[in-house]
Amino acid sequence: MKNRPYAITLDVGSSLLNKTGSWRTMKPVYLDRLPPCNNACPAGENIQQWLYHAEENGYEQAWREIMKHNPFPAIMGRVCYHPCEQACNRGDLDQAVGINSVERFLGDQAIKFNWKIEPGKPTGEKVMIVGAGPAGLSCAYHLRRQGHEVTVFEAAPKAGGMIRYGIPKYRMPREKLNVEIRRVQEMGVNIKFNSPVDDTLATKKQGGFDAVFLAVGAQVSKVVDIESDGVTPVLSALDVLRNSENDEPTGLNGRVVVYGGGNTAIDVARTSIRLGALDVHIITVESGEKMPAHEMEVREALEEGVQLMNLRSIHRSEGKTLVLEKMVNTEGEWPQASGQYENFTADVLVQALGQNVNTDLFAEIDGMIINEGTVQVDASMMTGKDGIFAGGDMVPSLRTVTAAIGHGKKAALHIDTWLNQITHEPGPKHEIVNPSMMNTWYYTDAPRTVRPTLDIVRRISGFAEVVGNLDESNAAYEARRCLSCGNCFECDNCYGVCPDNAITKLGQGLRFEFKYDYCKGCGMCAMECPCGAIQMQSESI
Amino acid sequence: MAEAVGLCRPEVICAYPITPQTHIVEDLGVLVKGGQLTDCEFINVESEFAALSVAIGSSAAGARTYTATASQGLLFMAEAVYNASGLGLPIVMTVGNRAIGSPINIWNDQSDSMSMRDAGWIQLFAETNQQAIDVHIQAFKIAEALSMPVMVCVDGFILTHAYEQMDVPDQEQVDHFLPPFEPRQVLDPADPISIGAMVGPEAFTEVRYIAHHKQMQALKVIPQIAEQFKGIFGRDSGGLISTYRADDADTLIVTLGSVIGTISDVIDEMRDKGQKIGAVTIRSFRPFPLDEIYEALKNTRRVVVFEKCLAVGLGGIVASNVRMAHRGLTSPVYAVIGGLGGRPITRASLRELFEKAMIDDLEETTFLDLKQDVVDHEMDREEKFTRPGAIAENVLRQIGVVDVAKTT
Amino acid sequence: MTDQQVKFYQTGTLTAGNRLLDSELRTVQATIDRSNSLDSGHRACQGCGEALGARYAIDAAMRATNNQLIAANATGCLEVFTTPYPESAWRIPWIHSLFGNASAVATGIAAALKVKGENNVRVIAQGGDGGTTDIGFGCLSGMFERNDDVLYICYDNQGYMNTGVQRSSATPGGARTATTMPIGPEPGADFDKGKSVPLIAMAHNIPYVATASVDRLHDLEAKVQKAMSIRGARYLQIFVPCPLGWGFNPASTIQIARMAVESGLFPVFEAEHGEITASTKIRRKVQVEEYLKLQRRFAHVLKNPDQLQKVQNIADSNIRKFGLMSSAGGEE
Repeated sequence: MKNRPYAITLDVGSSLLNKTGSWRTMKPVYLDRLPPCNNACPAGENIQQWLYHAEENGYEQAWREIMKHNPFPAIMGRVCYHPCEQACNRGDLDQAVGINSVERFLGDQAIKFNWKIEPGKPTGEKVMIVGAGPAGLSCAYHLRRQGHEVTVFEAAPKAGGMIRYGIPKYRMPREKLNVEIRRVQEMGVNIKFNSPVDDTLATKKQGGFDAVFLAVGAQVSKVVDIESDGVTPVLSALDVLRNSENDEPTGLNGRVVVYGGGNTAIDVARTSIRLGALDVHIITVESGEKMPAHEMEVREALEEGVQLMNLRSIHRSEGKTLVLEKMVNTEGEWPQASGQYENFTADVLVQALGQNVNTDLFAEIDGMIINEGTVQVDASMMTGKDGIFAGGDMVPSLRTVTAAIGHGKKAALHIDTWLNQITHEPGPKHEIVNPSMMNTWYYTDAPRTVRPTLDIVRRISGFAEVVGNLDESNAAYEARRCLSCGNCFECDNCYGVCPDNAITKLGQGLRFEFKYDYCKGCGMCAMECPCGAIQMQSESI
Repeated sequence: MAEAVGLCRPEVICAYPITPQTHIVEDLGVLVKGGQLTDCEFINVESEFAALSVAIGSSAAGARTYTATASQGLLFMAEAVYNASGLGLPIVMTVGNRAIGSPINIWNDQSDSMSMRDAGWIQLFAETNQQAIDVHIQAFKIAEALSMPVMVCVDGFILTHAYEQMDVPDQEQVDHFLPPFEPRQVLDPADPISIGAMVGPEAFTEVRYIAHHKQMQALKVIPQIAEQFKGIFGRDSGGLISTYRADDADTLIVTLGSVIGTISDVIDEMRDKGQKIGAVTIRSFRPFPLDEIYEALKNTRRVVVFEKCLAVGLGGIVASNVRMAHRGLTSPVYAVIGGLGGRPITRASLRELFEKAMIDDLEETTFLDLKQDVVDHEMDREEKFTRPGAIAENVLRQIGVVDVAKTT
Repeated sequence: MTDQQVKFYQTGTLTAGNRLLDSELRTVQATIDRSNSLDSGHRACQGCGEALGARYAIDAAMRATNNQLIAANATGCLEVFTTPYPESAWRIPWIHSLFGNASAVATGIAAALKVKGENNVRVIAQGGDGGTTDIGFGCLSGMFERNDDVLYICYDNQGYMNTGVQRSSATPGGARTATTMPIGPEPGADFDKGKSVPLIAMAHNIPYVATASVDRLHDLEAKVQKAMSIRGARYLQIFVPCPLGWGFNPASTIQIARMAVESGLFPVFEAEHGEITASTKIRRKVQVEEYLKLQRRFAHVLKNPDQLQKVQNIADSNIRKFGLMSSAGGEE
């Protein structure tokens, strides 16, 4: 015991006796909020989390995080319309993070390094899936991860659905598509090709299946009756694209007119360019702004030489001439006929006006509800018939590949709980992060890397992939632009900025903890948290 | 004195020049810069306040520290004086006693030390040049034994500027007497502490009591160390009081510092004539040796306290302290204020004073050699005018120092 | 940070730490084993900028000196809230003497250490702007001119906060304090008064003078580190907002410091032997309103175009004098 003067000299650490936590009226709490990208992803990916791994060059870990939800990152990195990027908060700072590019990079890394996913322990349950498109394959994948036995019945000679037969090679290289599908098969998913299912219930019974997932898609072309003398051939978009896929003659020669304003119309137009059509026009009733086709697709198409004629409907076909009626924009949803006509020369007309579901297959099944051309399902993706689930384009849907993947996953989850006779209670949804919850000063300025695009000439002369890839150095760069909205990324700011040293750093990967004994509730931690992962809550006194 | 301080192996010396202590510090500076005094940092500070503050820092870091000042300088560092004793730092400081302004006066009186008498420092007064040397050496030991700062008071010019043959001890003796400084508490990264807390009402009284109690302990420590000193150096140069021919005295003169030299001469003269007069010299003014003084005074018929300082509005400072020691005794205590601002104290004046004392023909408080006519004239003048003007200047005119014709 | 195009670190060096950065590029504050020289349980107000600045500076100094540090503190908020008997929040050897003598006490400690041959133990003197620019000014100047081996850190919250928010010579023009109330024809503190101690320190020709702000942690730590690598008198002035005295929500302390720097009102720079050697560039310049509007002490200034212009002029003049805008226009 030192001979220290009374009261004048104090020992170190004696202030720890003073629990200043009793001062506060507000209390900081660490939260995991919902990043807008995660919220926007139809497949339900935890984008923030896999970007977190990618930031550290943990590519395999990042890929595995994607694979928890979406089995086809290499595909999605090419065909997804990335609603995540539209929601991305970084867009408010400079530009949205190139999530799609990074996903594609990770998907390609997985292919390059041959990363695999193991199926779960066998459960003894058997599930039948009709249709090996994105919805069906996604459902198959997720069910295999849970250990169920899965058999997929596919009518076409190859798997892939609309990805293969609807999206051209220049957007989705077939080698990559095949690898991703094969990965699912290697998990033990049995795909029977050239096997259309006419009687679902019979097939189910025959195969001894415990549950069914229907994912036949919307493969019936919508055709509009146009008065025609038969000179100009009228084709359907789906047929054309399928022929192109199978390397069979498509009939797209000379002056090609594509009738329709959606993505399929664009796909047909751009395919026509590559197959050597003389010129290609897209004719559509909608105005430029209201065209359903994706902006990116339209832009690329125009760059390649496709021409666009908005606000026209095709009245009739006479010889090599199409008579077009001009449409006028109105207040309402649909433009009005103006009564004015013009002539247009065409060698072939392709109708790309939408796709319908062949609901006849299911009309006989007891309990199935078919409404407005689609099969109705409840929140668990189950149809009116117990044990029969459905998803993808055949149910009410956004009709994107991503949405289909999301359906497949959701259905797999519910099939699993249905098979196990348990009910699944989804957790409460976390608060979505908006920029006002964040402190964006802390993010360094960095523009978005732009994916290299092929030269126009190279693009239109073949089916080589149009949009190139990020390489390893700039993929990490791009991932690091992520603000990590609402989720702590261990920047140490709260730990550094607390005047009372009231935060414990737990270690790499373990985040932080508040010392509530000492926290005075000033709120600096919450204010200086770049990503909005701290909230000040009222203290109960 | 510089040599004596040097022998004590101070580690840090910091001082600001002020008459009359300047050459002590200058001499020390020469010793350091010339290499005779090794392991010593000499710092030229920018004020007395800084001087004592540097000393506080240095002592708290475990170095034996010394400084010196006087008069205005002591007052300028007043805040630090209280601080040093409050923190319990064994700093030794020489005060070359000098009057305090205004009016500015560079000559000797003891007002400066007196102004700091209650600050918690030990105050030792030297009577002779030899004692001045010896007391400094003892001061370090006393300070470090008690962890309390010590002020060594030496009459300015009289003791600071004298040339006299002294017995300066040698280094070996001093080292034997004064071991290296072992601080009670020290700033050390290996064992961190926080010195200088804010103490509130709940503990402040106790802290002050402890400070007082410690000083009271010094009443034992000071004589002990004086004994030890005598043992090694052979001289009686310390302790709480000294007496001169006091045993059978009817009249006792109580005083401090160098004036005892003149007083003892007068006592000798008077003793030769058979007058029973003696003196008691207070060596330790703080702590005030109440019991020792009581013992010394108890058998005498009258006490005359001769002091070179003044409590404006009260009278004698030392006299008030002595009266407290004198409690219960019936003999009168007369206060005599003399030598203010360096006014010479003559044997003739003292003899006259003592004669009067012996017949109890003294006021309670007397100013020795006061120029009554000047004072009377000034009082008259003040009564006549509502705005009397500067007092000192008027007095100077009165006594003819300032030519009236040239300034009006 | 090397090649910005290839290596990009999300928050770079803007946040306290960053798991993507090499550990040498992170701050002392981001490490699990930081000294916490100023520990929890002290009685500072919620959101106190000075408590933060002190921990930042002292922890950095502890790291730089390998934990061989002694500090002398002037009277003021920092001293009062850290050492009320019986609690001390300090983990380093520390002494508090008086209001005006922190630099002199530090000089004494440095001298004692030198005599004892403890060359690796270093000394810091610290105090608020009151104890530095006003009452401690004499001792500070003495320490500078003697070039004593002391780093003096001034925590500048622009007023005597401990005694109830009175004006000091560091109080900026227009500011409301208890002794410069916003009444009368010249509300708030006078514009033609005050002094810049960093510039005065530079005039003493001491080896190192710098200013820093609690919102720029990396910069602050680098400066402390640099200061401790130099022997002789050094001066560091840290801008520390005071929620109670300036009238703002305690959560905004860092934001306010940031606005002070980004508007140019508090120039962040370094000087050696009387010449400016570097200045920290403004990242995203703002007009002074962005800073003033956050504090109640300037509420009247915002309504007074004349005063507002004076404040803007000060900011503009700082930008010019200290070269606070980079030619590239941005900063990393």
